[in-house]
Amino acid sequence: MKLIEGRAWVFGDDINTDVMAPGLYFKASMEEMARHCLEAINPAFAREVRPGDIVVGGRNFGVGSAREQAAIALTHLGVGAVLAMSFGRIFYRNALNFGLPALVFPGAATVRPGDRLRVDAVAGRIEIAGSGAVHTVAGIPAHLMAMVEAGGLMPWLKLRVNKEPH
Amino acid sequence: MPRTLTEKILARASGHPRVSPGEIVTCRVDLALLLDSGGPRRIWPRLKELGVGVWDPERIVLCSDHFTPAVDAESAAILKLTREFAAHFSIRRFFDMRGIGHVLLAEQGLLTPGMFAVGGDSHSSMGGAFGCFMAGFGAIELTGVLVTGEIWIQTPETVRVNWSGHFARGVVAKDIALFLCRELGMENGGRVLEYGGETVRNMSIWERMVLTNMAAELGAETGLVEADEVTLQALRAAGRGPATDALDWRSDPGARYAAVHDFSATDLAPQIAAPHSPANSGPVGSFDSVRVDQAYIGACVGAKLSDLHMVAEVLKGRSVARGTRLLVAPASVSAMTAAAADGTLATITAAGAYLLPTGCGACAALGAGVLAENEVCISSTNRNFRGRMGANSAQVYLASPYTVAASAVAGRIADPREFLP
Ligand code: SF4
Repeated sequence: MKLIEGRAWVFGDDINTDVMAPGLYFKASMEEMARHCLEAINPAFAREVRPGDIVVGGRNFGVGSAREQAAIALTHLGVGAVLAMSFGRIFYRNALNFGLPALVFPGAATVRPGDRLRVDAVAGRIEIAGSGAVHTVAGIPAHLMAMVEAGGLMPWLKLRVNKEPH
Repeated sequence: MPRTLTEKILARASGHPRVSPGEIVTCRVDLALLLDSGGPRRIWPRLKELGVGVWDPERIVLCSDHFTPAVDAESAAILKLTREFAAHFSIRRFFDMRGIGHVLLAEQGLLTPGMFAVGGDSHSSMGGAFGCFMAGFGAIELTGVLVTGEIWIQTPETVRVNWSGHFARGVVAKDIALFLCRELGMENGGRVLEYGGETVRNMSIWERMVLTNMAAELGAETGLVEADEVTLQALRAAGRGPATDALDWRSDPGARYAAVHDFSATDLAPQIAAPHSPANSGPVGSFDSVRVDQAYIGACVGAKLSDLHMVAEVLKGRSVARGTRLLVAPASVSAMTAAAADGTLATITAAGAYLLPTGCGACAALGAGVLAENEVCISSTNRNFRGRMGANSAQVYLASPYTVAASAVAGRIADPREFLP
């Protein structure tokens, strides 16, 4: 997996899946849904986020519902990785299942909006360009590495289905 | 070595002699709940892409509840696709517009103690009231389950939450749930909340389901209640003869808990969660100046038959305040039917309530009852995140059905204890 480099978008604690994928846009296309991602917290985010940018949350990032559109909206906007002090359990699983690296980063509070970050999700290495700080965190769990390396659960299931005799 | 109920179920489902907290295991799924929201419409295209069918249609329960009844062409298409999926894969347990999935599982007696179940919805934890392990996952993972019949779990630690004493009149399980959101916080990842103690033992299965439902708000892996006579009674009422080993699915005496909390229900006041978080809760007294535009009785957690009974108790001989609207969306068709038969609906509608169709509705801004900018709502649902029930500036307060009904009568947030004999 290649290095992820981009600007940091910093959010606070308890960012829930309802604000990442608002119910009002459930029946709309994924493009439309993604345009409203996190607008209740930061209206500029969906407009200005660039491919490779990194979302940095506080505690319990992705708390709430099982809606996978929360994780998909972020991948749709090109977000390269999500770092947070802790994650809501279903969001965490969803993110990895869509090939979006999610790392528990106890030092998330030291990141400022717009900081340039470089993340090695496999090794668990986070570099903050401005301050020069380098953090080591737990990388992607070993039992999920093959799945995330394959690009997520779907590509991984494809490999598995194709391996089995028909 | 003594084991918790969760460890016993995960060991059985993963085929290991024993499992310990932290251990990652792959479990065989006994039952998978799919809903119209994250079900066929998201999963079927993926199955087509993979060129495979489902592993076992007999282990799948499919319910249309989020987009029912259709309010536009898009929701109609989702419901149609859900029906086609059920027919295509011969899913016998398909409940089309019969109620909210989590409640239907209980009404149908489809969950049994010791089971390992998954659902494509975060409130799947509700099923844990039957002494089984049932947790929620995203549609992408349910796709994996449908293909392989398996899912990975990191064995959670168990936190025991004991309640003793008797509730004051007008105080119910929902008040406990809102109290715990504040007391234990919403960040209980990697933990199962096992509810017990005298207060929980004395609860009906429907009230226990409120506790396990809102384990989702507490951020827990899931919630559960050990099986007892109440559980078996509920299964018999649904026409299922419980298995002979049903009562063995309990934590062993001396099992290791990550923490044990002891609370007393005796002095618990009705609780309110203020916008925009279930953890933003406190006793009702601190909110009595809050004027209410809409009072909502709805959702899996808050519109079961037992909840409708609470509402009728308060509304009997009273009327909804001018300038306030009370909307009631029963959680299932059988709850609605029973409430019609026993006079509950007559009491509720005579008081001026507006009856809505069964389904998730306004709970997640999917159906009727959505809020306008800056409107204030008191709701028997489980989440009040910003924008969840409509406009971003809408203010949603969470409370028990008793408190919602009392507030509808008062036109402002009110203490139900003043409305009950
Ligand atoms: S009623 Fe609300 S909380 Fe319950 S399943 Fe439906 S949307 Fe989810």
